[in-house]
Amino acid sequence: MSEPLSKKERMKRERVPMPERDAGERARSFAEVNLGFTAEMAKLEAMRCLECARPKCVEGCPVGIHIDEFVGHVAAGDIAAAAAVIQRDNLLPAICGRVCPQENQCEGACVLAKKDRPLAIGHLERYVADYVRNEGFAKVTELPEPSGKRVAIVGSGPAGLACAGDLIQAGHTVTVYEALHEPGGVLVYGIPEFRLPKVIVQTEIAGLEELGVRFEMNAIIGRTYTLEELRKDSDAVFIGVGAGLPRFLDIPGENLIGVYSANEFLTRVNLMKAYLPGNDTPVLDVKGRRVVVFGGGNTAMDAARTAMRLGAFDVRILYRRTEDEMPARREEVRHAREEGINFDFLAAPTEFHGTDGVLTGLAFQRMELGEPDDSGRRRPRPIEGTAGRSDADLAVVAIGNGANPLLLATVPELETTRWGTIAVDEETGRTSLPGVFAGGDIVTGGATVILAMGAGRRAAGSIEDWLVDRTWEMPTIDEPAPAL
Amino acid sequence: MYRIVSSSFIAPEVKRFVIDAPQVARHWQAGQFVILRVDDDGERIPLTVAAADPDSGQITLFVQGIGKTTKQLNTKQAGEQLADVAGPLGKPSEIEEYGTAVVVGGGVGTAIAYPVVAALAKAGNDVIAIVGGRSRAYVLLEDEISATGAETIVCTDDGSYGRGGFVTDALADVIAGRRGNVGREINTGRQVNIVFAAGPVPMMKAVAEVTRTAGIHTIASLNPIMVDGTGMCGGCRVDVGGRTYFACVDGPEFDAHLVDFDLLARRNQSYVEFEAARLESFNKQCKVEGSS
Repeated sequence: MSEPLSKKERMKRERVPMPERDAGERARSFAEVNLGFTAEMAKLEAMRCLECARPKCVEGCPVGIHIDEFVGHVAAGDIAAAAAVIQRDNLLPAICGRVCPQENQCEGACVLAKKDRPLAIGHLERYVADYVRNEGFAKVTELPEPSGKRVAIVGSGPAGLACAGDLIQAGHTVTVYEALHEPGGVLVYGIPEFRLPKVIVQTEIAGLEELGVRFEMNAIIGRTYTLEELRKDSDAVFIGVGAGLPRFLDIPGENLIGVYSANEFLTRVNLMKAYLPGNDTPVLDVKGRRVVVFGGGNTAMDAARTAMRLGAFDVRILYRRTEDEMPARREEVRHAREEGINFDFLAAPTEFHGTDGVLTGLAFQRMELGEPDDSGRRRPRPIEGTAGRSDADLAVVAIGNGANPLLLATVPELETTRWGTIAVDEETGRTSLPGVFAGGDIVTGGATVILAMGAGRRAAGSIEDWLVDRTWEMPTIDEPAPAL
Repeated sequence: MYRIVSSSFIAPEVKRFVIDAPQVARHWQAGQFVILRVDDDGERIPLTVAAADPDSGQITLFVQGIGKTTKQLNTKQAGEQLADVAGPLGKPSEIEEYGTAVVVGGGVGTAIAYPVVAALAKAGNDVIAIVGGRSRAYVLLEDEISATGAETIVCTDDGSYGRGGFVTDALADVIAGRRGNVGREINTGRQVNIVFAAGPVPMMKAVAEVTRTAGIHTIASLNPIMVDGTGMCGGCRVDVGGRTYFACVDGPEFDAHLVDFDLLARRNQSYVEFEAARLESFNKQCKVEGSS
C-alpha cells in the first residue's frame, strides 16, 4: 500500500481527471462520455482527501452519505468496504455518481474547493458502484421477517425506487406502479444513454426485484387503479410521480411541426430508442439541420447534445439569463461546449415562424438581468428594440415541468399547493390523506435525482412510523417556492 | 404481456381484436383509449377502446391497418401476445340525458362512435347514429349499433349501400327534418340537442361546419399523434378556441366548434416520410417471409 500523503502534498495535487471519450467522436455517438476511473486513478484521487475532523462534504450531501469513510476505504483499496458505507445511505450510487450536481453539494462544500480542485467525490462514488456491479458483489442485504404490511408506490423514478429499497429491506411487501412500459421514470425516459447508460438503471431495478419488490408496468394511477383502491389494498401509499407536465413558452407558432417539449424529444430518443435504425418510433430528422434549445438546466444540455448526436449541423442553446445562473451541472455545460454546442445567453424567444405548418425559424429578444426574484437569481428583463431572428428546423423547449394533473385531478381531497404540487409536511412526507405520503418533483417542482431519492427515503422512514403507530395528525403544510 | 383472445377482419384492412386486459376493462368508460405496443421494439400508439367487459377482463379494439405498426398488429392472431396495453386513458365522454343525440362515425371512427352510441342510449337519450364508409365493405358495426336501439343511417360515398353521399349530407337532413332523404324511415323533425363526431379529420371538420350554422353543441373525438398518453410529452397538443390543450389528458373529446382541425391534420402529417419508409420495409419483409 502506498504511503499516505502529507497534508501539504494533498493540498497541492491536482484532481485526477475523469477519462472521457474524445469530444469529436462522442458528439456523434450515444456511448457514455465519461469512461470511469481505473483502480489506480481512484486511489490517487481518494488519497487527496484531507480527512477533515468535521467533514463538510457529508453535510453537503442531501442524503448524508459518509463520504469521509468511503473515501478512506477507497484510498486503502478496500472497495467492498467503501460500497458498504455508501449503501447505508444511498441505494443507487452508480446513478448518483453520474447525475448529482456535486459542485453544489458534497464537492461544493469540500475544503479543497477553495483551491478550485475539490475532491472528485462523484467520480469516486461512481467508481465504487461500478466496481461492485462489475465484480458481481452481492449487496449486503439480509431481509428481516416479513412484516405482513403492504406499501404501494406510485412511480418508479428516483423517489419511488429509493422508497421501495428501504421498505423492502424493512420486511414490507412493496409494489411499484409505473405508467410507462419500463421502470425508471426520468432515469430512462429523460437522462440520455451517453450520460447514464440504461443498463445501469436496469441493474439497480433488477436488484430491487431480487429483494422482492414487485413492479407493475402500464399502471396509471388515477386511471388503471384509483388512489382509493391502492389505499384499501395497502397499509401505506407513496406518491412519487414526478412533475411530468412540460411547460411551453406560450408564444405564437409553438404548435408548428418542429417544436418539441424536451420531454417529447428525449422520450422519443431515450425510452423509445428512435436513434436506432429500424426502430418504429420516429423523431424529426435533424441531420444537417439547425436546432435551437431553450433553457439552462441539465435537460436543455441533454436535448442539445442529443440533437448533436442525431447529426444536427448546428445546435444552439438560448438562455434568458447568463451562464452563471444556469442550473445545469458544470460538467454537462463543459461537455456540451466541447461537443460543439453554441450558447446564446440573455436571449428569449418571442415567436416561432413556419411555412406550411413547419418550423423555419424564430424571433427572439435580448435580455438584461434585473432584480433578484424568488429563486434568488436575477430576473431577466427585455431590452427594448433588440429583436433578432434566427433560422431553426427544430426547436426544443426545456424550461421545466409543472405538476401533472392526471392523478391529482382524480383525488380532489388531496391537498395541493398553489403551484399544483402536492402539499406535504416536509419532514415526514405526509399528505392531507391518512396513510398517503409524497415526495420528489411532485412535491418540490422540478429538482434533482438526489433530492427525489432523499425525499423517497425520508418518506420510507416515516411510513415505518405510521405502520407502527397508525396516528395521523394533519401535518403542517409547507409551501416552499417551487424550484425553477 | 396481453393475450389476444380473438381476432378477425370485419372489413378490408380493419380487424376486430378482443384482448385480455383486465386492468383496463375494470374502469373503462366510453370515450377512453389505450396506448398499445405490439412488441418490445414497437412504438406506442393510441387506440380507442370500443367495448370492455369487467367480468371477463376483456377489451375490444378495432384496428385499421394504415402504417407499419397497425399493419403489423393486424397480422396478429388469437393466442398471440401484445407487449403492452396501458389504460384506460383520457377523459370519458360526457354522457348525460341530452334528449336527442346524433352520433356520426366515419370509417374506423365508427368504432370510436359505437361505445358513445351505446352509452347515450343507455342514459335514456333518443340516439340517431349516422355511419359512413367508402363503400359497402367499409361500413362497420351496423348491426351492433342498431342493437343499441339507436336509429341508424348508413351512408356510402359510392352509394353501394344505404344512402349515397357523405355523412354530413345525412346529418344536414336529420337536422333540417327532411324526411325521406335519410335512406330509411326515421322520425325526423326533432330538435337535435347534441352531436358527437368521430372519424377522419376532414369529416369531423365538415360535421362541425354543419352543426355550427345550426347552433348545435358538437363534440369531436380527436386523434393526434401521442407517445406516453399521460400528459408527459405534449406531442398531442391541439388548439381549441385559441388555447393549447393536451388531447391525452384534457381530451380526447373537445368542443368541435372551437377545434383547429387544420392544425390537427397538419400535425398528424409530422412523420409521413418516416412512416412511408417503415411501411415499405415492412411490406418487403412480409413478401420475403411470404415467399419463403
